[in-house]
Amino acid sequence: MSATNVVPQQQFERETYLNKVYGMWSWLLTTDHKRIALLYLISITFFFFIGGFFALLIRLELLTPAGDLVQADTYNKLFTQHGMVMVFFFLIPSIPAVLGNFLVPMMIGAKDLAFPRINLLSWYLYIIGGVIMLHCMMTGGVDTGWTFYVPFSTNYTNTKFVEAGIAIFIAGFSSILTGLNFVVTIHRMRAPGMTWSRLPLFIWAHYATSIIQLLGTPVIAITIVLVACERALHLGIFDPRLGGDPLLFQHLFWFYSHPAVYIMILPSMGVVTEIIPCFSRKRIFGYSFVAFSSIAIAVFGFLVWAHHMFVAGMSVYAGLVFSFLSYAVAVPSAIKVFNWTATLYKGSIHYDAPMLYAFGFLGLFTIGGLTGLFLAALGINVHVTDTYFVVAHFHYIMVGGAVMGYLGGIHFWWPKISGKLYPEGWARLAALIVFLGFNLTFFPQFVLGYMGMPRRYWDYSHMPEFQVLNVLSTAGATVLGVGYLLPMIYLLWSMRYGKPASDNPWNAAGLEWKTSSPPPTDNFKEEPVVTWEAYNYEELDAPPQALEVPVG
Amino acid sequence: MADHSVSAHSKSSPLKLYFGVWATLLLLTYVTYRVAFLELGPFNSVVALVIAAIKATLVALFFMHVWRAGEKFIKAVILTSLFFLLLLLGLTMADYMTRPWS
Ligand code: HEM
Ligand SMILES: [Cu+2]
Repeated sequence: MSATNVVPQQQFERETYLNKVYGMWSWLLTTDHKRIALLYLISITFFFFIGGFFALLIRLELLTPAGDLVQADTYNKLFTQHGMVMVFFFLIPSIPAVLGNFLVPMMIGAKDLAFPRINLLSWYLYIIGGVIMLHCMMTGGVDTGWTFYVPFSTNYTNTKFVEAGIAIFIAGFSSILTGLNFVVTIHRMRAPGMTWSRLPLFIWAHYATSIIQLLGTPVIAITIVLVACERALHLGIFDPRLGGDPLLFQHLFWFYSHPAVYIMILPSMGVVTEIIPCFSRKRIFGYSFVAFSSIAIAVFGFLVWAHHMFVAGMSVYAGLVFSFLSYAVAVPSAIKVFNWTATLYKGSIHYDAPMLYAFGFLGLFTIGGLTGLFLAALGINVHVTDTYFVVAHFHYIMVGGAVMGYLGGIHFWWPKISGKLYPEGWARLAALIVFLGFNLTFFPQFVLGYMGMPRRYWDYSHMPEFQVLNVLSTAGATVLGVGYLLPMIYLLWSMRYGKPASDNPWNAAGLEWKTSSPPPTDNFKEEPVVTWEAYNYEELDAPPQALEVPVG
Repeated sequence: MADHSVSAHSKSSPLKLYFGVWATLLLLTYVTYRVAFLELGPFNSVVALVIAAIKATLVALFFMHVWRAGEKFIKAVILTSLFFLLLLLGLTMADYMTRPWS
């Protein structure tokens, strides 16, 4: 390394949150929200690949009509563990615990979250839950489906449901603590001048997400406890022979789990709302509509849960009510889509990798949301419930929407997080591969579902005509896998070999870009004072003499 | 700006109060247990639920310091939680009350 000799000896390395202290314990006992975000990043990436491994096996089994790769029981465990890991150990913590943890304090001009130690505790709870889940999977696994419906989970399955339940229960508390921290931080720790109407919409999205985490998660926790008690003590809460009602389980489960889908998608919407104005160089269209639609989603999201139960034996009247309410909840989501589109209109659009992901999000989320409306129509639901149509619907939202947004956000803020630039060419290529692979995987599933292929079956030899579409889907999954591995590789590579990032490589608005990359432990050298609206791109791009003029 | 968060519940030694509440909770648990043996028809459930609600209220008021919490924000949080509990119960009842077969 002869080049290093050229650098003058006197050049100090600036102190950042990454190099302030070294050693394993400085990470494992840290209360710095930025370091905790990185701990989460590493752990959820680990679980993402575990979940992905199960997905790969599922797709391989479905490559051929006969149930030949694994046994039926094993297949049940594969899709159960895929679902549980992806939902509870990847998607729910993904954006809030990584990007939210890193960015919420910086975007509002604070030094840390309100409760730094509770933040660390939340990571430890997540890890404890995760280790229990891993143990469960390695010593036999579960086969109830991620939805663990009764009476199968209470009376029949002989797999390790209770252990998986405990894992999810504990991970749930980590999610509650994150939500609690965000709510208090957003209320209490905003920098002077950072009024509610100047908050970045990422913050509004996380505020709404936190409300759901706080109000919803306790319900799933208690539901798990009830199932475990019913299993052990035969209490008779869900068992009709003892005066219980099995549908009560579904009511309780979906009271959390429908809002939980918004825990997964709202933060992603927040990310996209940051990316689109930056790469269109325009103020967001309809700030207050986007902000309040997040809150509206959080509230209305709690009113639609029984659209998962239309054919379960619920009353027809309740079916009508929940169908109607499900149509209502689509309105705030649609408002957001229109606002993003309007923001693009006449913008000067830059096609950098984060923006490619944001575009992917826009299209795929829209398809996912619209097919949700198909499903929310009672008559159509009877035909396609429990088919691959449902599987395609929620993957368009959770993978096409939420994961795309997550990757877009990771790329967008990577220079801030790591202080390095990622290789733009590779990143664009990966975004393209993810988009193509995703559609190749999941679009055929809409068709399969519409043709009547049920979900959760491991053998379709009575319907060999389903094979072509299944082969396409498995091929797509392989492409998608490559698309996910690429960022892993070049992001790691860039940590060492990437070009150093400037403080604001995208010339983006937002307080997090006003500090150095990577930021110092206290985030800002001095407490920022905010005198401008969020997304003031027109001012940022104005000729230099206008730059210093405060607005708003 | 944000300094009025901890002051509300630091007056007068609270230990006595806590033990008092705890004793009440135990007593109510015992009452629940005894009432379960009486034949009250549908009122068995009603009594049990009322007692449970009283206990939950006690826990919230004293152990969670809602009593004397001056802040509007805390009240808002409590009201929101109650509202969502009502949603859970109410909309579930939209199913149970309208099943023609039960
Ligand atoms: C915005 C994010 C959304 C996510 C993440 C999401 C996710 C999901 C998931 C996971 C399921 C499958 C549950 C299961 O059976 O295991 C599902 C089913 C369903 N979704 Fe969505 N959904 C979203 C939006 C919507 C919207 C906007 C609607 C309608 C307005 C909707 C309507 C439905 C319906 C009716 C089902 C039930 C299908 C059935 O099993 O019969 N979803 N969704
Ligand atoms: Cu739903």
